[in-house]
Amino acid sequence: MVRVGKRYRFSASHRLHSPALSAGENRELYGKCNNPYGHGHDYLLEVVVSGVPDAVTGLVAPLRRLDEYVRREVISEFDHKYMNEEIEAFRDLPPTTENVARVVWERLARGWRAALPAGVSLDSVRIHETRRNIVELGGDMKEAVTG
Amino acid sequence: MKITRRAEFSASHSCSNPALPAAENRAIYGEAANPHGHGHNYLLEVTLDGMPDPVTGMVMDLKRLKEVMEEEVIAPMDHRFLNHEVPPFDRVVPTAENLAMEIWRRLEPRLRTPNARLDSVRIYETEDLWVEYRGEGGR
Repeated sequence: MVRVGKRYRFSASHRLHSPALSAGENRELYGKCNNPYGHGHDYLLEVVVSGVPDAVTGLVAPLRRLDEYVRREVISEFDHKYMNEEIEAFRDLPPTTENVARVVWERLARGWRAALPAGVSLDSVRIHETRRNIVELGGDMKEAVTG
Repeated sequence: MKITRRAEFSASHSCSNPALPAAENRAIYGEAANPHGHGHNYLLEVTLDGMPDPVTGMVMDLKRLKEVMEEEVIAPMDHRFLNHEVPPFDRVVPTAENLAMEIWRRLEPRLRTPNARLDSVRIYETEDLWVEYRGEGGR
């Protein structure tokens, strides 16, 4: 089994704010990230797939199909958007990097079988919010998200 | 405990399978099928898994690891056209997947010690594309 990691980029804004908490609690918990007008990041998304390289092509997956799928399901939806207002999943869910990873995972997982050849698995997703902030979802955590 | 050492090499390759017609190679590999080849600055990450020796405090002497990587990978592959100059890529398509597996086969027997073993080989073909192999039994 071989893993292949492919990186993509999108720029988006967000405001960390939980509807379950008071204004004061949100301010206390999220600090600057709770500023009412939001702020943005250049996100780096790493999608890791796994499989056995095809005997003829030597490839785990046709990367063009992966690129098209990731761009359609994630990049076109997230790039240059205010996540809180423009992405349905974040209407009541604070768009922390953890939740962004979870939503990206769900979007990729739901149409995966139809989009990629049999034998190519979605292994993990990593989101770099900044160069110093990275969240990874996959392995044992997958079940927690996909049920 | 895991330790990782990096090394870089630059090489050219052409991704096409001689058993397939040119048009099909073009459809599968796109621009990478150009028979004249093209190059990459490959970044190789070799990770060992083991326990530090109680006397030396080292999983493996990194100088030794560097020498093995140099002999098995960098010296034979740096500034080479993989398809023409580095077997088995005269017969095997030098995709990043096949390159990672070949590097594993070259390194693994030389990195077995009483307290360490090869854990993974990761090859960055570009900053945005990497491939990792952890052996036949690896997850």
